[in-house]
Amino acid sequence: MTRIDKNPSGSRTGNAVEVRGLVKQYGGPQGTRALDGVDLDVREGTVLGVLGPNGAGKTTLVRILSTLVQPDAGTAVVAGYDVLRQPRQLRRTIGLTGQYASVDEKLSGWENLYMIGRLLDLSRRDARLRSDELLERFSLTDAAKKPAMQYSGGMRRRLDLAASMIGRPSVLYLDEPTTGLDPRTRNEVWDEVQRMVAEGATVLLTTQYMEEAEQLASELTVIDRGRVIASGGVNELKAKVGGRTLQIRPSDPAQLPAMARAIAETGLDGVSGTQAVPDEGLLYVPILSDEQLTAVVGLLGERGFGIAHIGTHLPSLDEVFLAITGQKTSVSDIAPEEIAV
Amino acid sequence: MSTTTLPTSAPGRTPAPSPVRAGEGRIGLRANLRHIGALVRRNALQIKQDPESMFDVLLMPVIFTLLFVYVFGGSVGASLGGSRDAYVNYVIPGLMAMMGMNIAMAVGTGMNDDFRKGVMDRFRTMPIARSSVLIAKIVVEIGRMLVATAILLGMGFLLGLEIKTSVLELAGAVGLSLAFGASLMWIFILLGLTMKTAQAVQGVAMLVLMPLQFGSSIFAPPSTMPGWLQTFTDYNPLSNLADAARGLINGGPVAHSVWVTLAWAAGITVVTAPLAVAKFRKKS
Repeated sequence: MTRIDKNPSGSRTGNAVEVRGLVKQYGGPQGTRALDGVDLDVREGTVLGVLGPNGAGKTTLVRILSTLVQPDAGTAVVAGYDVLRQPRQLRRTIGLTGQYASVDEKLSGWENLYMIGRLLDLSRRDARLRSDELLERFSLTDAAKKPAMQYSGGMRRRLDLAASMIGRPSVLYLDEPTTGLDPRTRNEVWDEVQRMVAEGATVLLTTQYMEEAEQLASELTVIDRGRVIASGGVNELKAKVGGRTLQIRPSDPAQLPAMARAIAETGLDGVSGTQAVPDEGLLYVPILSDEQLTAVVGLLGERGFGIAHIGTHLPSLDEVFLAITGQKTSVSDIAPEEIAV
Repeated sequence: MSTTTLPTSAPGRTPAPSPVRAGEGRIGLRANLRHIGALVRRNALQIKQDPESMFDVLLMPVIFTLLFVYVFGGSVGASLGGSRDAYVNYVIPGLMAMMGMNIAMAVGTGMNDDFRKGVMDRFRTMPIARSSVLIAKIVVEIGRMLVATAILLGMGFLLGLEIKTSVLELAGAVGLSLAFGASLMWIFILLGLTMKTAQAVQGVAMLVLMPLQFGSSIFAPPSTMPGWLQTFTDYNPLSNLADAARGLINGGPVAHSVWVTLAWAAGITVVTAPLAVAKFRKKS
């Protein structure tokens, strides 16, 4: 298997991406500020999740970091190269997979990859081998000769990822890589991303989904209206917003109050927020760790309560925002995402 | 809004970009040619995938030749002191000039569509000269023009076209119209990159195209036109190209019209090609 080459001229600070005070304004001085002084770092070999609602500035950030858009102020250095002063060198080290697949629809999957290989200065033979290899890896060998326009959404996204991988980039930008994909395809994309990281790539991932960020990223930056409103490790941030919620449906709805009391009596951190909702026949228990979850479930078993259904629920992006800022997301029209685990 | 930043990033530490060396990251000629080659292949494969996109090139020369020869051939031929056959030798070189213009226009509309696609973003994030995307397009379109010209000449021979000079001069006429057509493509690429929709490009192009094509020596000798129109046709580069092609096929003085046409082609390219590349670079 091929290895992702670390850029030898990479940054000496251990950060593959360093962004300071980045500003981008659209539509003149009175226009909207897509980015309003963003600072962030992505350490080499890690995944940074950039979490934010539609219109938060995520895509603008990615477009600046991939030299498609020029910032109005601030600096951005990727793999040691400045986006404004060294765009050509920078382009050699990055791969970009956008929300909209950037492959040629009229070309077959194989021809798309071969073309990109040649554009990246691979020899004919190497471009051929690399295309075959990546199609195999992304389970697209059977569709290799078909034009990309006949691909399903998930296949297209996989082809797009494969296309980004041809040059073995040391830094990969994934701009909402699973938006609009069904859960199965989403898992396939996640697996691939995890594999790339295991091989040493640095990834900047933008997403609207808390679950995606938790699956893939080790660090998170939450942005809203072009500003960073929180950043830190996934666990730190989770602790901040209260972690998961355990949902329990008792076999006998009449036992709801007794169960709630039993849990509250344990005195565990966090579970004091337990709520019984008789209308739904559900008990909601905030939990901070797997140990707490085990303890709660174990307790209910010991006390002989019958449980019909059990599940956990991650906070939605809306809830994260509420916890951090005390207000709803700036873009009110995004649907609250129910993410079942 | 409250900003809660957990201490992971080190604020204030300035990033240290590697020193810029002159010429570093420049793309050499060989690499450039390889990139253009890969992109030409892309455009050619698109045609293979979508053969209907060749209909214009295949049918335009057939339809134009039939229409002009049979509608105007009799009367214009008579005024040229001959018959319909005389008109064939007059109009076919003229149609060579017109074909280039029509194909160039299609480049503009196609470009506009192409540039909305995500794949252009990918090209722009790759270490290739941005001009190579445009040059590849032009190479393929010159190929399409060559096909159209071959069909036009084939139709001409069927209808009685006579080469009164040599094959070499015929080739010169074809080459000249391709060179001029290629220079026009830069104008239409620039239009395609500037205007918002393909329909807008088409609309503007038609408005420019009609007077240029008909206000020229392509279809009829300007000698019977009113003075002001003759002045216009004299300065119309399409007239020069048509006259040059006519001279190269039928014999007669060609030097002036050939040089004027080449000057136009060079002038148009020098002005519009850099503008088009700059526009492509900035488009986001």
